[in-house]
Amino acid sequence: MKLKKIIIVLTLISILVLSLGFGASAKPFRVAVIMPSSINDLAFSQSMYDALIAVQKEMGKENFEFVYSENMFVVADAAAAIRDYASEGYDQVIAHGSQYGSSLVEIAPDFPNTSFAWGTSVSTFSDQGITNVFAYEARSEEGGYVCGVLAAKLSQTGIIGVIGPIETGDAKLYVDGFKVGVLATKPKAQVNVNWIGSFSDVALASEAAQTHINVGADVLTGTAQMVVGAIGVARQRGVLWFGTQADQTSLAPEVVVANQVYDWTVALKPMIQLVKEGTRGGNIYVLTLANGGLKMVVNQEALIGKTIKDIIEGKIDIKL
Amino acid sequence: MEAIIIGIAKSAIRLATPYLYASIGETIGQLSGVLNLGVDGVMLMGAFSAFYTVLKTGNLILGLLAAIVVGAIFGLLIAFVNVTLKAEQGISGIGVYIFGLGLSSFLFRTMVGTVETVSGFPPLSVPLLSNIPIVGEIFFQQNILVYGAFALVPLTWFILNKTPLGLSIRAVGQHPEAADSLGVNIVHIRYLTVIFGGMLSGIAGASLSIALLNVFQQNLTNGMGFIAVALVYFGAWRPLSVLSGALLFSTVNAIQIWVQVKGINIPSDFTLMLPYIVTIAVLAAMAKRRIHPPAALNKPFERGE
Repeated sequence: MKLKKIIIVLTLISILVLSLGFGASAKPFRVAVIMPSSINDLAFSQSMYDALIAVQKEMGKENFEFVYSENMFVVADAAAAIRDYASEGYDQVIAHGSQYGSSLVEIAPDFPNTSFAWGTSVSTFSDQGITNVFAYEARSEEGGYVCGVLAAKLSQTGIIGVIGPIETGDAKLYVDGFKVGVLATKPKAQVNVNWIGSFSDVALASEAAQTHINVGADVLTGTAQMVVGAIGVARQRGVLWFGTQADQTSLAPEVVVANQVYDWTVALKPMIQLVKEGTRGGNIYVLTLANGGLKMVVNQEALIGKTIKDIIEGKIDIKL
Repeated sequence: MEAIIIGIAKSAIRLATPYLYASIGETIGQLSGVLNLGVDGVMLMGAFSAFYTVLKTGNLILGLLAAIVVGAIFGLLIAFVNVTLKAEQGISGIGVYIFGLGLSSFLFRTMVGTVETVSGFPPLSVPLLSNIPIVGEIFFQQNILVYGAFALVPLTWFILNKTPLGLSIRAVGQHPEAADSLGVNIVHIRYLTVIFGGMLSGIAGASLSIALLNVFQQNLTNGMGFIAVALVYFGAWRPLSVLSGALLFSTVNAIQIWVQVKGINIPSDFTLMLPYIVTIAVLAAMAKRRIHPPAALNKPFERGE
């Protein structure tokens, strides 16, 4: 009888010790992300999603978990989601959209043990006494400039078209940088810019592209997820395209010449490290060409693919 | 100068096409007394079905048929909820919209995944007519779904005003009790018009995904369906006026794009408002002639009430 009791007690104690041992192993770093469009938009939200996947691959699934709420274009919905995630105890809540700033000002002070991150922006609200918000931004005008330089060199008519969403944030930075790049390379070039007033009106973007081509543009660029309409038109009418935010080559490999790709891991990794060490906000992270946050991806097929094909098919006679 | 006019006019006609299909469909449904605010959701499902079919089979006609079938199924659902279950029509329509938006996004995410383009209906020149200077290029070098939309207008006008079926439809929407007493089957007529309206909304979506844009993306229509419903009111439930409304809205849209592209110094925020402001202004100016909606619109029919 007594032996049985001792065995039972020992078993219970060992179970307790073992479970404590399991509890003491490393907890994964948990991140929640709110995005204004869908993760496969080949633009803003997809770039963040790809970065999170990359971080998870590097850190391992057991050390890094993330959840996301996409298509949170309406600020009120996003604010509710941010608050929900914070109260569920996520280590960091990322508000990936410049429209979420005012929501963060209200929510961040309520959750001092949660780290928040806001992009694209350079304001961490430290002037309002908030210490748990990071900010991150992309210097999109750098990639815009590069694209502009190449666009000017490739354009034969000297007329280049830009299709923008709303004149704000990284869209404005990209378009402004693009324009400067074109005019620095070919001062006499004409850059026509039109803002379609929406991030998602694909039909309007497609008509805008048609109009640009009708007035003589032979190179186009644009930003935000509605550009898929414009790229379709560019492909149909044989006009070159420069993309930004994500690699849009797959959509029209014959005409997409180059893309500026955002690599948000340059901002994510230092933030995760800081949060683990106890700092929950206050720093600003900027993606630049210098720190690898911005990468240029050039598509060979659009640049020289047709020439190569013509030589192979004997359409070009190289007279030596 | 003429190149500019041709460019803007062609843009306007392209932009008007999806609105035209959806509005005409909604007009027929509303004339029989059923309000359907879910047009946008059905357009999205039609767009996705057509897109996915063309992506997998390369067959454009099959894609169009897929959109028609899916549109009809949604029409059946809407008719069932509004006519048989006698739901509050404004609210059930919003439910259909949310359902269509969510389902099309979900199916797109799981079945396609990433944004892709397809080869849609190409421009089809009408022999002889397309050679007319200016007019020929504007009207007769569009794709087949554009022609369908514009042919739909006189066809609908004829059916509504010159056939017994049209008379029944209008009677059911104006005075269902009288129509019922004369042996017209209210339920059948309303099911017919709503299913047909669903088919047209499906084609409207297909005109976007496999003709004009050749791509599908979440929320591709971006609220077009609601503008289409508004155009029904603008057009006072008359097919020809609905056509004018769609063309007016789309022409001003085409002009404002051109204004921005040309760099004319008007702030983009203002030009973007123009299509809506002009349409409202025209509507206000025309308000002098009194417009009467179908008397039984948005009222479920109960025999003996």
